[in-house]
Amino acid sequence: MSISDPVRSAAVDGEGLVRLAQPLRLESGARLDQVEIAYRTYGALNADKSNAVLVCHALTGDQHVAGLHPASGKSGWWSQTVGPGLPLDPAKHFIICSNVIGGCMGSTGPSSINPDTGKPWGLSFPVITIADMVRAQAMLIDQLGIDTLFAVVGGSMGGMQAMQWAADYPERVFSVVCLAATTRHSAQNIAFHEVGRQAIMADPNWCGGDYAAQGVRPEKGLAVARMAAHITYLSQPALQRKFGRELQRDGLSWGFDADFQVESYLRHQGSTFVDRFDANSYLYITRAIDYFDLAAGYGGVLAEAFRGARQTRFCVLSFTSDWLYPTPESRTIVRALNAAGARASFVEIDSDKGHDAFLLDEPVMRSALAGFIDAAGAARGFS
Amino acid sequence: MSPAEAARREDFRAILGLVKPGARVLDIGCGEGALLELLTRDKGVDGRGLEISPDNVALCLARGLAVVQGDADHDLDDFPSRAFDYAVLSQTLQTVRQPRHVLSELLRIAERAIVSFPNFGHWRVRWSLMVGGRMPMTGALPIPWWATDNIHLCTLRDFTQLCQELDLNIEACASLADGRPARAIDPMRPIENWRAEQALFMLSRK
Repeated sequence: MSISDPVRSAAVDGEGLVRLAQPLRLESGARLDQVEIAYRTYGALNADKSNAVLVCHALTGDQHVAGLHPASGKSGWWSQTVGPGLPLDPAKHFIICSNVIGGCMGSTGPSSINPDTGKPWGLSFPVITIADMVRAQAMLIDQLGIDTLFAVVGGSMGGMQAMQWAADYPERVFSVVCLAATTRHSAQNIAFHEVGRQAIMADPNWCGGDYAAQGVRPEKGLAVARMAAHITYLSQPALQRKFGRELQRDGLSWGFDADFQVESYLRHQGSTFVDRFDANSYLYITRAIDYFDLAAGYGGVLAEAFRGARQTRFCVLSFTSDWLYPTPESRTIVRALNAAGARASFVEIDSDKGHDAFLLDEPVMRSALAGFIDAAGAARGFS
Repeated sequence: MSPAEAARREDFRAILGLVKPGARVLDIGCGEGALLELLTRDKGVDGRGLEISPDNVALCLARGLAVVQGDADHDLDDFPSRAFDYAVLSQTLQTVRQPRHVLSELLRIAERAIVSFPNFGHWRVRWSLMVGGRMPMTGALPIPWWATDNIHLCTLRDFTQLCQELDLNIEACASLADGRPARAIDPMRPIENWRAEQALFMLSRK
């Protein structure tokens, strides 16, 4: 797909890169010029442009929601939900997913070249927030010629973006789906992120964020960050069921090799992650999530954030074994939506797969999502 | 339950008759959403539901209804005061842990509460307990004592008494029996406590 003709050629899956026509004003007060947004689309926009769905990705996700990932050759991260016959179906919906700003899969981020210096931004990249990510998405949608989104859908950090959309652009979103998310990062959430950031910054190869110029990469630190975070995405029973105390080899090594299968698994998670993710992006995006507190801009009253969204349909989903963003976080969202008089639906899905359950094929999640999306589609005038 | 089947249920028809068109309605324990769908279709209400089963909530979502998973004992707190014109609690009051609290909550959330329940004062219930000496199993109470969700059964007279204690207005009362159309009754008359198999009340704050 070419940059000049982003929508018409998207009858089949498309990839694009747009440069935002306007500078991006950031919540911090800083300004980013010449911002580029990498995105992918699935399906085709209908004649009255009423079927556009924005999928928002999570911390380490990217725009490759479904289909094959160009780097890994594996299926996209939400192939269980986006695809023919699935809740988000390219035959019905024009599905857009863009890499967040601050990311490392083509959108402007700390590994991009600073146009003023000709060098990678590194730590001179401004700190960004969830609201900044959403503002950039809104500018992308403008440039794609789309006024109103049929749905904004996201899990985890994607769910935060979806709720931010409802607060900032209520007239532009017909429906919102928020899975396994929260509207405010807790002390425990921030603590885990800080462990990850400290691991990266403790790696000598991080070089104060200037590793690109030094020709090295803080792979060890980034891998440890991923290992710690990955534990928070799973549940105790799921880990126990998968690995128990199973050993890699017969007998103990009486040393510090990966004796246990769970150690080997985590090391593998860490080492494959560094191949696809940038350490500074990890710092910036975790910071954006830590800074996220949707109610803060509304005098601490979350319901006020949704005052403009009374006509928007909301579907909030949580998972019983998610201890990263447990069900009470979702209930807080639902309570605020009710207080604002919005159309809120909520289901807590029984799953022992932890936070990452939203990425998997959970039958109740699929039927709830499909039901909500189809009914909203009928109300929107297509199905 | 299909919309056609729902439309034939006498208790639903009675509720439909009480609700004003275009009202805001919260259906607590809405199941698969049959009543909410009927109210939306025939009365144009702005409806919301509360339902304990995730599978049922998923079915409600597929019907285009806005339903929150939760139960009457814990999750009514989540709704702001006077957010609704009607709160409907159909055949559920006898299953909650704190019926008195739930009843107060209904009338905090909504201007009016529509409540139905099986009447434990019905003659068949009294007969089966007196003569058979066993926990009654009747049309309105079809499940054996060890399997039923009913933990707070009451009679028409008990309920009327509770409404008085909570200083509530009884705006309407009807009895339902054997699938016959609802019949308006005076709940204070002792004979109705014998005759009503199920009771349906519309309540408001004084």
